[in-house]
Amino acid sequence: MTTLTPILSRNWDRPDSFTLEGYRATGGYGALRKALGMEPDAIVDLVKASGLRGRGGAGFPTGMKWGFLPKDNPNPRYLVVNADESEPGTCKDIPLMLANPHVLVEGVAIASYAIRSHQAFIYVRGEVVHVIRRLRRAVAEAYEAGLLGKDILGSGFDLDVVVHAGAGAYICGEETALLDSLEGYRGQPRLKPPFPAVAGLYASPTVVNNVESIASVPGIVSGGAEWFTSMGTEKSAGFGFFSLSGHVANPGQYEAPLGITLRELLDMAGGIRPGHRLKFWTPGGSSTPIFTEEHLDTPLDFESVGAAGSMLGTRALQIFDETTCVVRAVGRWIAFYAHESCGKCTPCREGNYWMVQVLDRLERGQGTEADLDKLLDICDNLLGRSFCALGDGATSPVMSSIKHFRQEYIDHVEKGCCPFDHSRSTVWADRTATTGGKQ
Amino acid sequence: MSGHEHDHDHGTGQVPEGADHFPAEVTARLEPDAKEIIGRYPKPRSALLPLLHLVQSEEGYVSRAGMRFCADQLGITLAEVNAVATFYTMYRRRPGGDYQVGVCTNTLCAVMGGDEIFASLKEHLGIGNNETTEDGKVTIEHVECNAACDFAPVVMVNWEFFDNQTPESVRELVDDLRLGKDVAPTRGPLSLCTWKQASRVLAGFDDGRAGEGVQAGKPSLAGLNLAKEKNWRAPEPGDVPAEVEEGEK
Repeated sequence: MTTLTPILSRNWDRPDSFTLEGYRATGGYGALRKALGMEPDAIVDLVKASGLRGRGGAGFPTGMKWGFLPKDNPNPRYLVVNADESEPGTCKDIPLMLANPHVLVEGVAIASYAIRSHQAFIYVRGEVVHVIRRLRRAVAEAYEAGLLGKDILGSGFDLDVVVHAGAGAYICGEETALLDSLEGYRGQPRLKPPFPAVAGLYASPTVVNNVESIASVPGIVSGGAEWFTSMGTEKSAGFGFFSLSGHVANPGQYEAPLGITLRELLDMAGGIRPGHRLKFWTPGGSSTPIFTEEHLDTPLDFESVGAAGSMLGTRALQIFDETTCVVRAVGRWIAFYAHESCGKCTPCREGNYWMVQVLDRLERGQGTEADLDKLLDICDNLLGRSFCALGDGATSPVMSSIKHFRQEYIDHVEKGCCPFDHSRSTVWADRTATTGGKQ
Repeated sequence: MSGHEHDHDHGTGQVPEGADHFPAEVTARLEPDAKEIIGRYPKPRSALLPLLHLVQSEEGYVSRAGMRFCADQLGITLAEVNAVATFYTMYRRRPGGDYQVGVCTNTLCAVMGGDEIFASLKEHLGIGNNETTEDGKVTIEHVECNAACDFAPVVMVNWEFFDNQTPESVRELVDDLRLGKDVAPTRGPLSLCTWKQASRVLAGFDDGRAGEGVQAGKPSLAGLNLAKEKNWRAPEPGDVPAEVEEGEK
């Protein structure tokens, strides 16, 4: 049986977990001291040996990304932390930064030292004011304690860290759009190559890493690569947050080794809400093809989820029970992609716009069976045909829902309306005494 | 008016009408702040997003004069500023209420009750999406996923978290806001600040409230609490060798 491994969340039950004092009381900044006594390249090698893969969704090996920085480029190097957490269903980095911003700051200091950067940015989405307050305070505390700034802990290493608030744009979670945004432009993806490692922020060598990836680094430095690989699977090493939301008894953050299954996680979370059963779920946010009951035992690691036809993504497990209309759910996701498409690439901009129209009439019962082919045709013209993965992501819920729930789409067509009572899906639907939610 | 949806109502792409410049007093007051923001970055243009938050903190929205201020600070054109200001949803294109109430209607929250909450709110206030109550207190909108899905349904006010909401709790919330009562977010400071004050924090000027409020909500602690109850722990570095041998078999 897989059990939970609270590491990044281990101090979250301390009311002062977000302060420097609270973080230090649980061993915080010990890894930075150790790292500053190592050769920078040795830290890159250590992170490579740990097998840490990016926790922002794509799963690219973090140490390898660091190793791509060209040795002979004279420009300054930058570390940029992607804290623009906006993928529907994804809700791990925000509580992490609220409860434990110092583990991120410590990771930033270690990673910057390892890649020989003296300037780091934390690009955090703007719509979380209190998280931004906490991050800024953590950075200020770290400066005051000599953990950032000039000559960190007497090592001679200098590092400045800027917390930068975004202004509302899902696309800025895409690393090159994020860099354009950080440079003060509209957040639109760049053509790759060149990759950010070669020409990133201000066309300088840049590493862009997710919050959870960087926050995992202090543990790897303290515990060693073997400690990290003792958790997870051979190719998906270590631990991560599994964020359960929706129709589960106890939604929340469950920090566990990669390779745990939804069946195991549901057991821990008290199961599907009483009296209901699992209908569909996303393994890693709305951009990952949906799964059903048949995937309850799929190990949640990069390889197994991929082999089962989806992606591990951000381990954002959105759980929906039998009261949920899949056509409504997918339609709402596509409305999101249409809203958030930056407009640069025609297939994404136009494809999502038209999919909203088609899904909307299908949900209202005014579509036809031919609309399903039309949706799949649009997906075919979208997938792999844009600069970034936003458009690809939009095809995931459409194609997978038609694969698993084609009949439900046809039911809408045949009945001429949505066969579901949406009020039954609400959190208050099953409460007998309505303290809230009475319409 | 009521119930009328305009989904992309951040104005047209045009630079808004209005005064061309801030009054001299405002420019003089904001210039040192602008210099401080610009000084944080290796290249001045990177300061544009925080500068737009700054001018929004002055007027509650990004006006023509606000854009001109940003353009002048950075030595770029009004059109260049406008292109950026219209791209990001957090910049208001016209005046709004002291409190921006955003109901998450992305799939997960919508299914869990966000749609019912938003419908009830519109009916209660008699206004539609992106509209403001006559007293100028409350603007409502539906928002996209705000990374709090384990607290669904979620409502954001001035970008502070109001978790696990119901139609009734949100009606009470906006009533309290309109009456001028102190309202506390679920995970945030002990009382809400206004839209303009929040914009100033986003521009990078601390209000000294980082220490207020809880460190984590209940769902954030779900896994940790269960692990403690069951005595589950991550391996200690010292425990590792045995497990490594097992893996090497």
